[in-house]
Amino acid sequence: MYEFNYHRPASLDEAKQILAANAEAKIIAGGMTLLPTMKLRLAQPSDLVDLSAIDGLDAISDAGSAIDIGAMARHADVAHSEVVRSAIPALADLADAIGDAQVRNRGTLGGSIANSDPAADYPAAILALNATIRTDQREIAADDYFLGMFETALADDELVVAVSFPKPKKAAYAKFHNPASRYAIVGVMVAETDSGIRVAVTGAGACAFRASDFEAALTESFSADALGSVSIDSDDLNSDLHASAGYRAHLVRVMAVRAVKALGG
Amino acid sequence: MTKNGMGASVRRKEDYRFITGSGQYTDDINRPNQVYAYIVRSPVAHAHIRDLDISAAVATPGVVAVLTGADMAADEVGSLPCGWGINNKDGSPMFEPGHPPLAADTVHHVGDQIAVVIATSRAIAKDAAELVEVDYDELPVVAGLEAASADGAALVWPDAPGNVCFDWEIGDKAATDAAFEQATRVASIDVVNNRLIANAMEPRSAIGEYDSGKDEYTLYTTSQNPHVIRLLMGAFVLGIPEHKLRVIAPDVGGGFGSKIFHYAEEAIMTWASRKLKRPVKWTAERSESFISDAHGRDHISHAELAMDDDGMFLGLRVSTRANLGAYLSTFGPSVPTYLHATLLAGTYKTPAIYAEVKGMFTNTVPVDAYRGAGRPEASYLLERLVDRAAKVAGLDPIEIRRRNFIKPEDFPYQTPVALEYDTGDYEAAVEKALELSDYDNFESRKNASAERGKLRGIGISTYIEACGIAPSNVAGALGARAGLYEAGTVRVNPTGSVTVLTGSHSHGQGHETTFAQLVTEALGVDFDAVEIVHGDTGKVPFGMGTYGSRSAAVGGVALVNALEKIRTKAKKIAAHLLEASADDVEFKDGQLTVVGTDRSVGFGDVAMSAYVPHNYPLDELEPGLEETAFYDPKNFTFPAGCHICEVEIDPDTGVVQVVRFTAADDFGRVINPMIVEGQVHGGLTQGIGQALYENCVYDESGQLLSGSLMDYCLPKADNVPDFAVTTNVTPCTHNVLGVKGCGEAGAIGAPPAVINAVVNALAEFGIDDMPIPATPERVWQAIQAAK
Ligand SMILES: Cc1cc2nc3c(=O)[nH]c(=O)nc-3n(C[C@H](O)[C@H](O)[C@H](O)COP(=O)(O)OP(=O)(O)OC[C@H]3O[C@@H](n4cnc5c(N)ncnc54)[C@H](O)[C@@H]3O)c2cc1C
Repeated sequence: MYEFNYHRPASLDEAKQILAANAEAKIIAGGMTLLPTMKLRLAQPSDLVDLSAIDGLDAISDAGSAIDIGAMARHADVAHSEVVRSAIPALADLADAIGDAQVRNRGTLGGSIANSDPAADYPAAILALNATIRTDQREIAADDYFLGMFETALADDELVVAVSFPKPKKAAYAKFHNPASRYAIVGVMVAETDSGIRVAVTGAGACAFRASDFEAALTESFSADALGSVSIDSDDLNSDLHASAGYRAHLVRVMAVRAVKALGG
Repeated sequence: MTKNGMGASVRRKEDYRFITGSGQYTDDINRPNQVYAYIVRSPVAHAHIRDLDISAAVATPGVVAVLTGADMAADEVGSLPCGWGINNKDGSPMFEPGHPPLAADTVHHVGDQIAVVIATSRAIAKDAAELVEVDYDELPVVAGLEAASADGAALVWPDAPGNVCFDWEIGDKAATDAAFEQATRVASIDVVNNRLIANAMEPRSAIGEYDSGKDEYTLYTTSQNPHVIRLLMGAFVLGIPEHKLRVIAPDVGGGFGSKIFHYAEEAIMTWASRKLKRPVKWTAERSESFISDAHGRDHISHAELAMDDDGMFLGLRVSTRANLGAYLSTFGPSVPTYLHATLLAGTYKTPAIYAEVKGMFTNTVPVDAYRGAGRPEASYLLERLVDRAAKVAGLDPIEIRRRNFIKPEDFPYQTPVALEYDTGDYEAAVEKALELSDYDNFESRKNASAERGKLRGIGISTYIEACGIAPSNVAGALGARAGLYEAGTVRVNPTGSVTVLTGSHSHGQGHETTFAQLVTEALGVDFDAVEIVHGDTGKVPFGMGTYGSRSAAVGGVALVNALEKIRTKAKKIAAHLLEASADDVEFKDGQLTVVGTDRSVGFGDVAMSAYVPHNYPLDELEPGLEETAFYDPKNFTFPAGCHICEVEIDPDTGVVQVVRFTAADDFGRVINPMIVEGQVHGGLTQGIGQALYENCVYDESGQLLSGSLMDYCLPKADNVPDFAVTTNVTPCTHNVLGVKGCGEAGAIGAPPAVINAVVNALAEFGIDDMPIPATPERVWQAIQAAK
């Protein structure tokens, strides 16, 4: 790790000021991604701005048709939140299956989606539930948010403040984890939302994406059988030590089928 | 049974300090005026160093020194020695490359040491290390066994043609070939034994300290055998005589073999501390451990088993290539040879066996002993092959084993591959395992799994291992360059408490408890009045350390022999005090009594009179009560057992879950059943890890792809079931304790049991082969290919 200055502002405004004043400053949330990167000397921020002292940034609330979750809500908070569990159990389950207990107690929703690791879980929920990402500057629709590997619509100076997850009619998440890291090799969330059936895939590609063929098939008939004839092209999928692109393509269908079955389809 | 004596499941003494965080590991130790070292390592697998520019690093504020291979050469620092020489088939010695602690002008693997940056803080040293500029002239790389043995392969060492370090053989080739001529059935198998990285919880660490006033050195190091390090480093690398070099291995957080060896960093820190006249400390980061700790396993083998019509084994032929890495680690050459091929008889009466082993160089981290060391490779190959043989012979896997077992009446049994087994009862272990695993009801469990869409399989292995390498003269004739005895000293203090100095080293095994139990058993002193001292050449007279499941069978026996000398002397002192003959004194439960009388004296009083010899037979006996014994075993010990594994496979994803695991092991007599059970659990977990999860992978350019715990998959708690373990005791016949050793058994017996279970689960697809680790994708691909 290189040397850096550490700040723990008490308000969002103060955080933004520090960020604005230091071009090489970086936000630190749970640090579960950022700190290992710094230890490996792959990141060299001049300043770290810790958001954990800002009041309310970790709030979880029921906003009627949606559940609002603050950027600093830890994965464990989401997993154990009664509000989340009663309205969107799939989201609580997803959070509960992230990494390990230490990671869940530190890692945050904001950090996860700002980072947009191709193997992260939350992106599947953001897309499948058609969430809205609220930043300090604007609101970003789920479909406009994930742009590529570790690449999002966030501007350099933009902060995630909260995410609003519309309550689905039903939703389920099925994950095939990397045996070593427990990140998703493939994760699929299937949801029936106000805007129809949405199927979002994480882990398989450069960033989370919607599987439109799967959505079409399930819109026609919400059943596991309906997925029998659709498949996903492995050409653009990730390939690594743990899973080839072809195997990932296969797993996308298997996980989608499991999510559909969990919803009684 | 003596309270807290032999056979009692006493809670571990050492756990108080470990659980409360008050253990003292090497990195917890800080010496006055200490500086910190960071090692510049090669990022490429094979290159000439054209130029090494340290000027910017040297100029960094806080940097005390930057030292390189050239400085070492100027000081005539020696090469890291190899502790076991192997001869080729023609009797010529193996090729032994030099291994300078800091590379001279060529690096041979990613992680090879190039320079050491020493500064007033770790952070400064690391920052400055980035400023060391190395100009690499990259050379062609061979990063694995296949690449190294290909026609026209690039050479790791120009003087080792074909990248062969040695081409060795054992057994009677002609007799084995003749057995194959007679055979009516032959089973064969090709196996890769996957390369592993031990990943002890505590990374390696070393502090060198030089006392210029006395011209004395102290090395604190994460070692399983400090006396061996003192010998190897003192005599071969730095030229420091024993009386000027103290090696301390304090609390050590796991080793699994990876901390047996003498590593470059130990020599670098000790040498640098003299140059700088300051203590120098180095602690590996986890990613550094991945590319600098010796790796394990990494064999490719072909084996054939000749049988008659009844499935009786007639002959076994094995050909193995073993990856030794770029340099020879301390015991590297012994692992695929004398610790592997000598175990190929297994638990079977195969009359003729011939094995040839090629040790090969590659541009990878050196490979050496890892939990089981050679024996897991042998057991995996053999137990997979026997399952194949069962199919070829049309026999049940248990039946074919039963037919071929060495029977209790056959002991002592001379195998065709050098070893002589003293005792065992393999059938009895199978019986116990079958019962404990509820083997007979497997079909109903399989059906229940099928209802849930899962494929269930069951697999067995009946492994053997050889522990406590010995005797020294035989090992020496086979190439060992060290002795293989152990030493123990029992110091009875004046008030009757006991200090034991043992050459064994505990880094998770619980010696402070089990050795204290031996003392309690022999002398009747309170368990809490016994202190076990280990891991310090300045305190312990001598020792060979802990590896190869040798602590109880060798170190424990040395201790018991020293205790016997104490008992003998105590009886003489008591005889004097009680005015009787020593022959009439009985020593029991801490009391020395004249047989048939009520005249008695406590052991504490005997101890006191030994140190305050006012009423004492001074003309016959020396004062004091302290005895040392060196014990060189007559033979190896031969733990064996039967492991039964049940797996469930998800056919949609290929995920394998071990759902039941049963181990019936024969470790001889057991000192502390709870500790033994813990050792078995750990070994089984690592064995399951090898079978399903762990895989060290290099790419073609010699970069380690599985270079962190994000990609190198250690088994986790939810990857293993509740283990069902039991023991079946046939006491070792050639040591007084009757013990055999239990540390490695789990890692030896488990992998073949797991893979046999996986293959069994997939039998309906006609699948007969499965690479390890059986990762989800491999299993899924196998199912796809079979469909
Ligand atoms: C062993 C391990 C296993 C893991 N397994 C999983 C898994 O199974 N599934 C999974 O999804 N994740 C997994 N993770 C990642 C984990 O969820 C991380 O915590 C998460 O990706 C990042 O969150 P964080 O709060 O730690 O962010 P940090 O590491 O603090 O920050 C990450 C990045 O986001 C930026 N950032 C943080 N907060 C904000 C904000 N509010 N606005 C703008 N930018 C911000 C930071 O500047 C930084 O660039 C794992 C991590 C580890 C170490």
